[in-house]
Amino acid sequence: MKSFVFPEFQIIRDEEKCGQCRGCERQCAFGTHTYDPVADRLISDETKCAGCQRCVIFCPKHAIVVRPAPSFYRPNASWSREKLDDLKKQAETGGVILTGSGNDKPFRIYWDHILLNASQVTNPSIDPLREPMELRTFLGAKPDIMDISAGDGKVEIKTEIGPNLMVETPILFSAMSYGAISYNAFGSLARAACKSGTYFNTGEGGLPKEMRQEFGRCAIVQVASGRFGIDAEYLNCAAAVEIKVGQGAKPGIGGHLPGEKVSQLVAETRMIPQGTDAISPAPHHDIYSIEDLSMLITALKEATNYEKPISVKIAAVHNFAAIASGIVRAGADIIAIDGLRGGTGAAPKAIRDNVGIPIELAISSLDRRLRGEGIRNRCSIIAAGGIRCSADVVKAIALGADAVYIGSAALIAMGCTLCQKCYTGKCNWGICTTDPRLSGRLNMDIASQRLANLISAWSHEIAEMLGGMGINALESLRGNRDHLRGVGLYEWELDVLGIKGAGE
Amino acid sequence: MPRIRRELYSKEICSCSIFGAMNQGGERFNAAGVMRAIANMHVRGNGLGGGFAAYGIYPHYSDYYAFHLMFTGKSMQDRLEAKAELEELLCHKFDVVYDEEIPHEDESTMIDPPLIWRYFLLPHKRGEEEALSDEEYIVSKIMQVNTKIENAYVFSSGKNMGCFKGVGYPEEIGQYFMLDRLYQAYTWTVHGRFPTNTQAWWGGAHPFSLLDTSIVHNGEISSYGTNRWYLEMYGYACTLQTDTEVIAYAADLLMRRQRLPIDIVAKILAPPIWNAIDRMNQSERKLLTTLRMVYGPLLMNGPFAIIIGQTGRMIGLTDRIRLRPLTAARRGDMFYLSSEEASIRLISPELDRVWTPNGGEPVVGELNNMRTVLQ
Amino acid sequence: MARAEEVNGSGSLDDAPASPREVEIDAADQDTRALNDRLRELLLSGVEKVVIRNVCGQRYIGTRLYTPQHLKMDIEIFGTPGNDLAAFLFGHKITVHGNAQDGVGNTMDAGEVVVHGRSGDVLGFSMRGGEIYVRDGCGYRTALHMKEYEDKRPVLVIGGTAQDFLGEYMAGGIVVLLDLEERGHQANFIGTGMHGGVIYLRGAVDGSQLGSQVGCSPVDPSDRKVLDHYITRFLERLPEVGLSREEIINSPFLRLTPKSKRPYSTLYTY
Repeated sequence: MKSFVFPEFQIIRDEEKCGQCRGCERQCAFGTHTYDPVADRLISDETKCAGCQRCVIFCPKHAIVVRPAPSFYRPNASWSREKLDDLKKQAETGGVILTGSGNDKPFRIYWDHILLNASQVTNPSIDPLREPMELRTFLGAKPDIMDISAGDGKVEIKTEIGPNLMVETPILFSAMSYGAISYNAFGSLARAACKSGTYFNTGEGGLPKEMRQEFGRCAIVQVASGRFGIDAEYLNCAAAVEIKVGQGAKPGIGGHLPGEKVSQLVAETRMIPQGTDAISPAPHHDIYSIEDLSMLITALKEATNYEKPISVKIAAVHNFAAIASGIVRAGADIIAIDGLRGGTGAAPKAIRDNVGIPIELAISSLDRRLRGEGIRNRCSIIAAGGIRCSADVVKAIALGADAVYIGSAALIAMGCTLCQKCYTGKCNWGICTTDPRLSGRLNMDIASQRLANLISAWSHEIAEMLGGMGINALESLRGNRDHLRGVGLYEWELDVLGIKGAGE
Repeated sequence: MPRIRRELYSKEICSCSIFGAMNQGGERFNAAGVMRAIANMHVRGNGLGGGFAAYGIYPHYSDYYAFHLMFTGKSMQDRLEAKAELEELLCHKFDVVYDEEIPHEDESTMIDPPLIWRYFLLPHKRGEEEALSDEEYIVSKIMQVNTKIENAYVFSSGKNMGCFKGVGYPEEIGQYFMLDRLYQAYTWTVHGRFPTNTQAWWGGAHPFSLLDTSIVHNGEISSYGTNRWYLEMYGYACTLQTDTEVIAYAADLLMRRQRLPIDIVAKILAPPIWNAIDRMNQSERKLLTTLRMVYGPLLMNGPFAIIIGQTGRMIGLTDRIRLRPLTAARRGDMFYLSSEEASIRLISPELDRVWTPNGGEPVVGELNNMRTVLQ
Repeated sequence: MARAEEVNGSGSLDDAPASPREVEIDAADQDTRALNDRLRELLLSGVEKVVIRNVCGQRYIGTRLYTPQHLKMDIEIFGTPGNDLAAFLFGHKITVHGNAQDGVGNTMDAGEVVVHGRSGDVLGFSMRGGEIYVRDGCGYRTALHMKEYEDKRPVLVIGGTAQDFLGEYMAGGIVVLLDLEERGHQANFIGTGMHGGVIYLRGAVDGSQLGSQVGCSPVDPSDRKVLDHYITRFLERLPEVGLSREEIINSPFLRLTPKSKRPYSTLYTY
């Protein structure tokens, strides 16, 4: 069938500069560029281009420009080009449209409508270069009261505190499974987490055995509805266990790693046969109600001898705060909430772009809800989904989070350009693929250094912002909405965020 | 469904002078000296607030809780309405043995003084509330008055102690309430205020107190929002628009309700930095780590120096990197705390010892014989 | 605390080992945590067999018995164990004299569970190794997302039959429903989303009871060999059934397998 879909990108090659080295041809796994030996020139098939810019950056002569195709349909505010093209694709194939990365629609990004405070006169700002600035945080349940016996100059703690994760900076790597991302990308996250005093999350694809000894201590291992690669050794080698209930990019639906991506190593790690689809059902079929979740939480505590905090990750949806409160009461030590803009390796576009609520509003309502019920101490909150820079981290914590997960930001640090073709397994940057030829492009030494640099840079910036507010310990920022003001927001939005308008 | 209202509280920001004097022998003295001392730091205030906490002033009513009430409102009519509403609550929930207007000098010398009244009372618990301790009961009633009754504020509620405060320089407040003539206390703490926002009100002056704990404070707490949300979970309503209030409630939560000793409380409000904790021996490290994990939201971040008054005790504490000054001194049985040494020297030129306490380390003065006040 | 009594061990009194290899405990009035604390303690002290009396609702029995040195233990349960019996089980052997509840063998890795009675819902959920033998029937969603990998091939043999959604999303392993009382298989939606493994049914099933991804065929000699092996093991463990191997094996069996390893490969586009 003749396709009626426009190419998304236009490829302009400067023939003067092009040296016919065929580098672009080798770089593109989508097969966009081919060499015509007769004409001795490179030809580009724009219909195949994902716009990932790999060929542009790796062209030794800087001869290529890839830009959005200028062709357009008659402008129509209701029928955008994307809507028309998607519709045509479905008419041509009858399939569900898949996509990758996070929601790219222009929903309001609240981070960009929140401004931070700084000290002037009545309270000195603190210079983080000279004075102590503490970003250390503990994630897990805390008691309301510490029972202490003091006598004869000896102080003894009688209260038992459950297991907590100590992070040196409130930034953790979000769940990205081996299989969805390449071995090298996965390993880079693990290395960078250990180097930076934080944690990476294995996602639901298991943790390769050879990584357990070295990186288990920095790993949060996930238990998702597919239960891939899970046994007692996997659970016990990690620092914490996370039950994945939902994901911001696709709340309410399951996952599906296509058989093409289930290579031998992926199969070994997930403990499923090579080449089969790895299907994660929409729900956990042993959890149909909150008491069932409580049972799984306890089962995991039993399986790990009560030595590891148990996290539960849910997508931020309309009534999630009430559900989260139930999750805390069910015994979770950490709640991870993933907002509307959270990323994914593959999700139906209709779901990614239309389901969930923004993380900023979610953090605030969850924090308020748990405080209102007097159970905020009983769990930590990790916010995920759309954290783009250090200021977003500061705002998230001031709205009530304990720490954040970064996923897309970490991938971008390794080279990702958000071309959204993760689900094809052809990632030219070697990140979202299990093709050894492509994943070999990602050098673990370099990629892990880029990640560690990112964490270090953001941590410095967070320290600067804290210092400006006259705060020298992160715990004094948590839920401190005093230091936030909104601009360009409606009254109801300020209400949900619990912040004043700028100038108020 | 009602929409959730955003937290539109506003917080006053002020810097100040603080002073405290205690006779550890339990001998009582009037406020003339501390009034001179605080007046010596006149330039640290701006006349928009001053106040005193005095311990041992009601020996004849020492078994009763002494409530100091402020009835504000534009007209006398508003104030009397607030008073009537309050008294209806008192008459249901307490046995009031004596009440009177707190004596004062000519009102015309002050800016907009409210009606200020004191009640000596005992709890009268009924039904389910009988299970509460007296103190829990009183605290819950204070929160009720301060949040539910418009124009009425309980600003002092301990036994055998009282706070006096208002808008003006502290020495003017002292004179207004005739503290140098009518009262004898073994501890006086004083506050001179420099609020940066112009709208001063009587309830916003220091000290802040709950039961017998009073706080005078110099500085600004950057962690106010965090401290506030934590305390609100434990039923403390922060109504007085100042960060000093959160210190008072934190002290109440930790010292009275959770019975933690002052050394531990100091390590919660002003903990050592992680670098220092990581270098400690294992048991200390565990203690300090656990304290920060559990009580992180009560860390008072930003500059502060405070004087905490309690029955038989006066405590000075500064933030962990000592951004606000505090000087401590002793002379015989006298124990002094002050923003500036000169004020101490003014009333006690000879001192046995003068020192600057380390940041985050409490300095504590206690009565030599606690029974002199507890009896 | 549990009362621990030494049961006469393997040898005579003269050469009795220093620490008992076999211990009996009474679970009456013990909560889940205390019972599992005790089991772990016994495992670490070198006990190889534990008999638990008066079990009544205690959950996760066998779950807390992972040790880095891979110690193994036999557990015999008298009573009704609670949910998630043998969840994440790591190679231990559990025998239940009585009925089991929901979630037996949840994400089980290795080992063996024998139930002298029936079992509840989600039996063998996400199980990836080991064997479970249930004398009577089982509930909804049996063998849901059961999977296999190399030498790890979970086996579930049920003396009775199962309820709806048997083998949903099944990705590997062997399930055998013997229907020994010959009541007929009533379950619907059998094998919905199945993409691996095999289900053997003794007796007949209607096509309308099967999920669309499931293919149904008579068993061949190689299937008979597999069945023979596991039916033998079933009878060894559950002799009270009172039937001979021949009586069971010489009946018609059906084999249910997925039509594709990739049931949803055409669902998505772009």
